[in-house]
Amino acid sequence: MADVSLRNIKKAYGKVEVLHGITLDVKDGEFVVFVGPSGCGKSTALRIIAGLEEITSGELYIGGKLVNEIPPAERGIAMVFQSYALYPHMTVYKNMAFGLKFAKTNKEDADRRVREAAEILKLTPYLDRKPRDLSGGQRQRVAIGRAIVREPAVFLFDEPLSNLDAALRINTRIEIAKLHRTLKATTIYVTHDQVEAMTLATKIVVMNQGRVEQVGGPLELYHHPRNQFVAGFIGSPKMNFVPGRITAIDARGVTVEYGEAKPVVVPVGGDGAKPGDTVSLGIRPEHMGEGSAGSVGFTGTIEAVELLGEASYLYLRRNDGTPLTVRSPGSTIAEAGATITASCNADAIHLFDEEGNAFSRRNAAVAA
Amino acid sequence: MAMVNRRVNLNRIAVHAALIFYTLIATCPIALVLVNSMKSRNAIFGNPLSLPTPATFDLVGYQQVLEKADFLLYFGNSLVVTVVSLALVLVTGAMAAWALGEYRFKGNTVVALYMAVGIMVPIRLGTVSILKMIVGMGLINSLTALILVYTAMGLPLAILILGEFMAQIPRDLREAARCDGVSEYRIFTAVILPLIRPAVATVAVFTMVPIWNDLWFPLILASGDGKQTITLGAQQFIGQYVTNWNAVLAALSLAIAPILVLYVVFSRHLVRGLTMGAVK
Repeated sequence: MADVSLRNIKKAYGKVEVLHGITLDVKDGEFVVFVGPSGCGKSTALRIIAGLEEITSGELYIGGKLVNEIPPAERGIAMVFQSYALYPHMTVYKNMAFGLKFAKTNKEDADRRVREAAEILKLTPYLDRKPRDLSGGQRQRVAIGRAIVREPAVFLFDEPLSNLDAALRINTRIEIAKLHRTLKATTIYVTHDQVEAMTLATKIVVMNQGRVEQVGGPLELYHHPRNQFVAGFIGSPKMNFVPGRITAIDARGVTVEYGEAKPVVVPVGGDGAKPGDTVSLGIRPEHMGEGSAGSVGFTGTIEAVELLGEASYLYLRRNDGTPLTVRSPGSTIAEAGATITASCNADAIHLFDEEGNAFSRRNAAVAA
Repeated sequence: MAMVNRRVNLNRIAVHAALIFYTLIATCPIALVLVNSMKSRNAIFGNPLSLPTPATFDLVGYQQVLEKADFLLYFGNSLVVTVVSLALVLVTGAMAAWALGEYRFKGNTVVALYMAVGIMVPIRLGTVSILKMIVGMGLINSLTALILVYTAMGLPLAILILGEFMAQIPRDLREAARCDGVSEYRIFTAVILPLIRPAVATVAVFTMVPIWNDLWFPLILASGDGKQTITLGAQQFIGQYVTNWNAVLAALSLAIAPILVLYVVFSRHLVRGLTMGAVK
C-alpha cells in the first residue's frame, strides 16, 4: 500500500492544455474519487497516474518514489477499465493469471492468489469460462480480480460501473466498497456519477476543465461547497440557484433581495462584498418544502411533477423565469399548472458571489 | 400472396443460376486439366471435353512425369520457396504492422508510405534491377534469390492487411496488458497474434498462391541446375515443335494438390477474416 502525490501535473496534447496543474495527495488506504463532467480531465489524470499517458510537466510520486519515467508495469499499480479489457481468447483463470506469469511469480503462489481472488469475488465456478460466456457483471468482477491478484500498491478504477445496468451498478458498488474495507487498499476511482462518488469515497476530488475545484469528504462537499460548480455538481437533483442583490451586510449576515416579498438574511460572513453586488442564493431541493413552513418563501407555477413514491419533485417556474426544484413528500397532491408557495429555512441557504465563489457559512451544519 | 411467392422464387432461381454459371466458368479449366490428364494423347485431341472411358483412360502422362525423378525435386523446390517465403512474410509482416501501428518513432510515416508504394508498384517492373542485384550478390540460380524476392513481394500487402486488423483490437486490451506487467514482445505474441488469426490466414492464402504459381521469377532467377520450381518443370514438356500434353497436364494436376490442401486448411479462417471487420 502506498501514498500517491501529484505535484503541479500539467498535460497538453500539442497546444491544447488538458490539465492545468493538478496538485493532490492521496494517503495510504484512502478511497479517492475523481468526479466531474465529461471532458474535465479526470480520466486523463488517472491514466497519467497509471503511466499510460506522458506527463507534460510536474512530478508524480507513488510510495514516495518519483515515477514520471517509470512504465506502468513497474509502478505497482493495477487498473480496472471501463470496458473490462479482458483477453477474449483466454479463460477467466488465465486472464487473472496472465500478469503473474510474467512477473516471475512461482506457479503455486500465482495459483493461490488467483483462487483467493476468485473466492472473494465469487468467481470460482467460472474459472474455466471464456469472457464471451459471462454476463457484464461477471466480466467486471474478472477485471477486478485481475487487478487484485497483482497485489498492487494502488488500485485504479476508470468508470468501472458505466457499462452495467442500474441494479447491477448498485450491487457492484457495494462489492467495491466491501472490497476496499477488506483489502484496505489505496484506491483512485474515476466517475462522472456523483452518487458513486458520494457513496464510495473517503475523499472526493471535484474536477472541472482540467482544474481541481474542491477536495474533501463527501459530506463536507455537500454542506460546504466552495463554489457554485461544486454546489451544483454534488447532490441530486441539482441545487437551485436564485439570483439576487445584496441590500445590507451586518452581524446577522448578508441581506439579499431576491424578487420575493421580503428579502432574506443569509447567515454567512460578509467576505469583502458590498451592498448592490449581484449574488446567487443556493438551496438544495431537499431543503425546500411546499407551503410556508420555512421562513424564506418563493412563489412559482408548477411546470412538472415527478412522482417517485418515496418523494415527489416539483419543478416550478418563478415569475422572473428562474426554475426551482422542490422535494415534496410522496403523498403530495400538487399538480402541474398550479401556482404554489415553497419555502426553506435561512440557514439552509448557500450564497455565491458573481464569480461563483461561496461566502463562508457561519454555522457548521454537520461535521464534515 | 401466391404472386409474391412466385416472384421471390424466380429471383432465387435466377440468383442460383447465375452463381452456378460463374462457378462452372471458374472450375471448368481446372476440371478440363484434371480430366484430360488421365486420357491418352489421341483422346485429348479427339474428344477434349469428354470424360475418360475405359478405352481412353491412360495414365501415361503421370508415368512420364513421375519417372523423371526430377519432378519430385521441382515439387520440393516449390514447396521450400513457398513455405519459407510465407513464413518470412507472416512473421516480419506481423511485427512490422504492429510496430508501424503502435509505436511512435522517427520515420514511422516514411516507412509506412514506403510500404504503401510497395503495394502500388508491381515488382516485375524492377526485374532487370533485381536480376543485376541477384547476380551481384552471387545468388543467381539459387532458391534463396526466389525467397528474397517473394518476401519483398508479399510484405507490403501483408503489412497493410495485418495492420488493419490490429488496429481493430481495442486499445484498452493493449493498455491492460501493459498494466499487467507484460513485456512488449509478450503482448505481441500472447495477446495480439491470437486475436488476428483470421487475418493471418487471409494473408497466408493471398501470399502463397501467387508464389506457388509464379513462372516469371523462377525462369529469370533460378532456371537451372536442379533449382527449378514446379511451374518451370511443367514447361519442359512444352517443346518448340511438339508438346507432350499428357505430361504437361499430369504435372499441372499434381501441382494443384498441395495448394488445394493448404487452402482447405486456411479457408475456415479466411472467410471469418474477410467478413470480420464488417460487423463490429
